[in-house]
Amino acid sequence: MERILTKKIQQDFPLLQRGVAYLDNASTTQKPQAVLDAMNAYYTECCANVHRGIYAISEDASARFEAVRDQVQQFIGAGHREEIIFTSGTTASLNMIARMLGATCSAGDEIILTEMEHHANLIPWQIVARERGLKLQFLRAREDGEIYAEDLQALCTPRTKIFALTHLSNASGYRTPLAELTRLAHEQHLLVVVDAAQSVPHIPINVAELDIDFLTFSAHKMCGPTGVGVLYGKKALLERLEPAFGGGHMIAHVTLEGSTWAELPMKLEPGTPNIAGIIGFGAALTYLSQIGMQAIEQHIHQLHTDALKKLTALPGIRILGPKDHSTITGILSFAVNGIHPHDIASVLDNEGVAVRAGHHCAQPLMTAWGVSATTRASFYFYNTEEDVNRFIAAIQKTQQLFLP
Amino acid sequence: MNIYQEEILEHYRHPHNTGQLEHADVVQQEYNPFCGDKLTLYLTFVDNKVAEVRFMGEGCAISQAATSMLTDKIAGMTRKQIQQLTKEDVLQLLGIELGPTRLKCALLSLQGIHHAIQQAPTPTSKDVTA
Repeated sequence: MERILTKKIQQDFPLLQRGVAYLDNASTTQKPQAVLDAMNAYYTECCANVHRGIYAISEDASARFEAVRDQVQQFIGAGHREEIIFTSGTTASLNMIARMLGATCSAGDEIILTEMEHHANLIPWQIVARERGLKLQFLRAREDGEIYAEDLQALCTPRTKIFALTHLSNASGYRTPLAELTRLAHEQHLLVVVDAAQSVPHIPINVAELDIDFLTFSAHKMCGPTGVGVLYGKKALLERLEPAFGGGHMIAHVTLEGSTWAELPMKLEPGTPNIAGIIGFGAALTYLSQIGMQAIEQHIHQLHTDALKKLTALPGIRILGPKDHSTITGILSFAVNGIHPHDIASVLDNEGVAVRAGHHCAQPLMTAWGVSATTRASFYFYNTEEDVNRFIAAIQKTQQLFLP
Repeated sequence: MNIYQEEILEHYRHPHNTGQLEHADVVQQEYNPFCGDKLTLYLTFVDNKVAEVRFMGEGCAISQAATSMLTDKIAGMTRKQIQQLTKEDVLQLLGIELGPTRLKCALLSLQGIHHAIQQAPTPTSKDVTA
């Protein structure tokens, strides 16, 4: 099989030198040396707070920090740099937008989510709904495991205000028909919030073309450090929203009685940000851009296809998620007849293959599938066919051990 | 270390003390939110000792084997003896070492049994109701 990316790329990643077949990339990815170096350079060359000091090292830190905002803007095709808000991760981004949008809703207003959301795109809305008397509606997958725009239309009422959905399910790898759903949601005058934690690392995305209102993702799932995330929002919308969190840096004028807010993006970034992490994220974006998101998407697709073919050739394997496997990418969530996912993951670990076993923070989806947990293998561009083969061999070994 | 020793696999394939007790004095449900495993324990007590114990539930080999072995062990034990059972006792039964994640699987049944005896009728209260 032709490979766009070769094993050589693994040399950029210190941890991959340890020989593990790392297939838990939907959880977090490995970091290339360039990312670690960029963070270290901040601490050793210009460790100062950003946007504050009237001295050279603070200005250096601010310049490196703000350059990453420009990089993110370009990476996702945003129209304005101030549409990029740095947070601590997708979870923080989703909580923030749920809180800010929730504040614009009145009791009885409705929010539509899908049944396959990660808990990070479910619980924040549950909290806001409880506080403000809002109603949550759920767009469910059909028998074939897929989501349809017509079903969204059927759920909409004059009280529906927001549609929040995943772009790529972390539990199944199912890619939702985002463009079609967004178009329909906009016809119904809904605001569209997208959990893109799994898709931005894998697929070229352009928020302007897709006309998405709010998009959230995490640095650590795309070679960046933990503790950094992004909330993208259309400028006109972010300008209208009241901040969810207050503190230093986000104000224009403060008295004891009240305050006015700074301009975007500062208005939504109170406190000292994760400066080193954001600078490291910048290095990750540079690294990914050098490889090219199209090449990354294609390589992951090839590996995924290869793994799917080899896995389904084994006896007693059930792939969870949509029946049409061409709608899933990057992730394989599966059950092995007669063997608990924890035992599979333990045996695989013994064989040097790292996969995830559990409910993947999507308990309602597990309930819909009728399982308590699944085993999940998830791929990234540095994985190789050899990793896939080790994974398949380890599954066979597990079956030999447990199924005499 | 391979944690899947033959004895553990044997308990997993043919667990002891499975089923329900309709006349149970205590029915205790445990849930492991980390992996979604559920366990229900059924116990009867006579003279402050465990007379019968059964369990139902799904789980990995480690949790199933630990429950099978632990339910064997507690039959006939007093409440006080059961209260004194620790993590080390369970690991000794299993005969393996476990990392922090799999330890949760191994200890679900111990946690359930400890919760169950807190609810167990004391001999005095049983005498009174009898």
